[in-house]
Amino acid sequence: MIQSVDQAGFDESALVAAAQQGGVEAFTSLVNRYERRIFRLARHITQSTEDAEDVLQETFLKAYEHLEDFQGNSRFYTWLVRIAVNQALMKLRKRKGDATVSLDEPIDTGEETVTREVAVWDPNPELIYSREEMREILQNAIDSLPPAFRAVFALRDIEGLSTEETAAMLNLTIPAVKSRLLRARLRLREKLTRVFKRKGDEFFGYM
Amino acid sequence: MSSLVTCKDFLQELNAYLDDEATPELRRELQAHLDECPNCWVVCDTTKKTIQVYKGADPAPLPAGVHQRLLAALERKAASRQAGK
Repeated sequence: MIQSVDQAGFDESALVAAAQQGGVEAFTSLVNRYERRIFRLARHITQSTEDAEDVLQETFLKAYEHLEDFQGNSRFYTWLVRIAVNQALMKLRKRKGDATVSLDEPIDTGEETVTREVAVWDPNPELIYSREEMREILQNAIDSLPPAFRAVFALRDIEGLSTEETAAMLNLTIPAVKSRLLRARLRLREKLTRVFKRKGDEFFGYM
Repeated sequence: MSSLVTCKDFLQELNAYLDDEATPELRRELQAHLDECPNCWVVCDTTKKTIQVYKGADPAPLPAGVHQRLLAALERKAASRQAGK
C-alpha cells in the first residue's frame, strides 16, 4: 500500500477503506476533496464545460461502482485521474467531424516558430491579475493547444504524473509524450508571454 | 570558448534541463549555452515560470449546480445498489 498521508497529515487510505466498506459519507468526502481537480482536468481535455460535467459525474459514478477494484497500488487520486482521462477521451472521440481528435497523429518535426516572442516577464504576474483573471488567462492559453498537447500538459505539469503514467493513460509512446510536452510548454510560454511580458521590453526580441 | 550547443539544440533539450533529466555532461553544455545566449535564457526562464503558474493555480470553484447534480447522481446510484441487493 502506497503511503497516502499527505503534507496536511490527511490519511486518505482510511477514508478510501471506509468508502469501500460502503460508507457513503466517506465517499462524499473523497468527492469533495477531488471534484474540482477532476472537473478542471476534464475541462482541459474536452474544452467544454458541459462535457466536463458529464466526465465528472461518470468518473465518480464509475469510481463508486468499482471501488473494490482499487487495490491501493497507486494513489487514489491517480486512479480517479485514470478513469477521468478515459471518459474525457471518449467524449472527444464521440464528437463527430472533429478532425483533431487523434492524440497520436504524426507531428510535424520541422522548424517550429514557437519562440517568436522572447521577453522577460513581470516578476509577479500573480500580483497584477486577480485569481479569476489568472484562471481565465491560463484557461485561454490551454484552450488554444491541440488536444494531445492539452492532455499531456495537464497530466504532466498540472497533475504531476510521470512521463510513464501519462504515456500509459493516453496510450502514447514515451517519446511522443516528451515531444508533445515540449511543444505544449513552448506554445503556452509563447501565449503567456504576450500577456505577462514586462512593459518596455518589446525590443528584446526575435530569435 | 563558445559552447557547441546551438539555440535549436538547446530548445530540443529544454525539458531535460527543466526536469533535471539531463546527464551531467549535457547539463554542463546546456548551462554553457544559457550563460552566453540571452534569448535562450529568457525562453528557459519564462518556460519555467509557465509551468509554475499552472502548477500553482488552484482549481476554480465548480460552476453553479455541478456539485449538487453530482451528489444527486451518486445518491441515485447508491439507492439502486441498495435496491438490487
